[in-house]
Amino acid sequence: MKQLQFIEHYQTVWTQLQAWLDYLALSKHKQQAQSAPSGQFAELYRQTCHHLALAQARHYSPQLLERLNHLVVAGHQQFYREREPIWTQAWNFLALQFPAQVRAQWRVVALSVAIFYGSMLLFIFLTQWQPDLVYSVLDPMQVAQMESMYDPKLHDRLGREREADSDVYMFGHYIRNNTSIGFQAFTSGLLLGVGTLFILLFNGIVLGAVAGHLTYLGYNDTFWGFVVGHSAFELTAIALSGAAGFKLTQALLFPGRQTRLYALRTNGRIAIQLMYGAALLFLMAAFVEAFWSSQAQTPLSIKYTVGAVLWVLTLAWLGWGGRKHSVQQVNL
Amino acid sequence: MQLDTLYTVHTPEGIALTLTPAGFVPRFMAWLIDLLIRFGVGITLISILGLLGYLGGGLTLILIFLLEWWYPVWFEWRHQGQTPGKRLFELYTVQRDGSPVTFSASLLRNLIRFVDFMPFFYGFGVISLLFTRHFQRLGDLAADTLVVYKPHLHAHRALPAVEPLPLPQPLLIQEQQTLLQFAERYRTLTTARADELAQITASTLTQGQPPSLTLQRYAVWIAGQHTLTPKQVANS
Repeated sequence: MKQLQFIEHYQTVWTQLQAWLDYLALSKHKQQAQSAPSGQFAELYRQTCHHLALAQARHYSPQLLERLNHLVVAGHQQFYREREPIWTQAWNFLALQFPAQVRAQWRVVALSVAIFYGSMLLFIFLTQWQPDLVYSVLDPMQVAQMESMYDPKLHDRLGREREADSDVYMFGHYIRNNTSIGFQAFTSGLLLGVGTLFILLFNGIVLGAVAGHLTYLGYNDTFWGFVVGHSAFELTAIALSGAAGFKLTQALLFPGRQTRLYALRTNGRIAIQLMYGAALLFLMAAFVEAFWSSQAQTPLSIKYTVGAVLWVLTLAWLGWGGRKHSVQQVNL
Repeated sequence: MQLDTLYTVHTPEGIALTLTPAGFVPRFMAWLIDLLIRFGVGITLISILGLLGYLGGGLTLILIFLLEWWYPVWFEWRHQGQTPGKRLFELYTVQRDGSPVTFSASLLRNLIRFVDFMPFFYGFGVISLLFTRHFQRLGDLAADTLVVYKPHLHAHRALPAVEPLPLPQPLLIQEQQTLLQFAERYRTLTTARADELAQITASTLTQGQPPSLTLQRYAVWIAGQHTLTPKQVANS
């Protein structure tokens, strides 16, 4: 069949497919207002694929090939779109797949936890023994600022006291600041792990030194009462971000029987799942920190209880979530 | 040897799709546009919400966080792989198998942007872009994505309305295609350049006749039209 006959013969199929593509590109709302184009989308798409293959094999003119290629690319994009409702996916992921994935990746999680929590605990204890150590970590201005923030004598009630609108301000601050740190800890795993290691150690040491110093001064109730509420979410989120970062590092340093590129793709898919959980935890931590931890009039006993309950819930979620379900390859 | 940068995907339907990966310059320009948009939106937010005191300050910080990390993800996910900058330069992000970019892949490639930006001004990103065959920065490599050109059709390139002329000798398929391609592109060339190109075949094909016209007449014949259509007769 010559090219012009070919075009004449199948022209209608292509215009119908184009009509379908235009229709499918509309929003759901607008689609309901119009009637669907004639023919079946899948059938038209398959036919056009066949025409493209024929046109390629018969060496028809580049312009015709270009036109058919364009139609098929657009059809391919529509045909292989994800259609499962995002909220169902998100719920299944968070309740079942994410905790299972954290357990499956226990090596990188353990590494990140050891570095972050290890450095933090080390500095909490070291500052009890060598109180001046805090000045090697932070400059005196920052230390003075921390002291005044949690000094029980400067506050007639426990904890920090703020107006509601400054709570919103701090919420924004925590979201932007803390989540960005988490994202950076993750992505800098690509720098052969040096970036992730640095961010985990830096934050672990600073947090440890501050906590240790304030404990040494005896500001226990103001400081620990403030941080206990959001600590479960926040510390877990940082540790998981670090674990996700090390997953990228693993692909570069220990790709195993894969090429580094292939390992990076595989591990990238796993790491981004850890980051979904981490991002959610950062969001919840910011919320708790801004609106609950800052409540000055809540009794200390309640604060410590809530803090403990949140720790138990977080660990139970990560430890037991999705245990009855087999872990599948997730394609969120 | 492959001279162009076309990228071929084999689909489950058993056909080969061609995509055209975009290089450094258009992607940089698209990024610059997005940067300006984000900057403009950021400034506007700060100046409006700044009037609301602490409350506005908090909202501003959240929105800036969204602009910093989530702006490209949202647009790539909801708008066929195109941020406003990419739309302007007719680029879009796809998975390497030609399917639309997924949410995960978009988030991954845009988080890794942070490393691509290192050590300064997209150092790693540009190196990776220049050393990979399909112009992928590190984020693209990890997320298995490509940034490609959105094809637009050359509707004006129809075959010219000339009287068909049978070929004087059998030609190879590739040679026939070259003639078709010449005829389709004829209107985008100047007459002098078209004649110059057509002259190359003078010794074998055109043999003293007006070269451009003759080649076009062959092309029309190759395409399968062996007589003038009644409409064309009426026009001439």
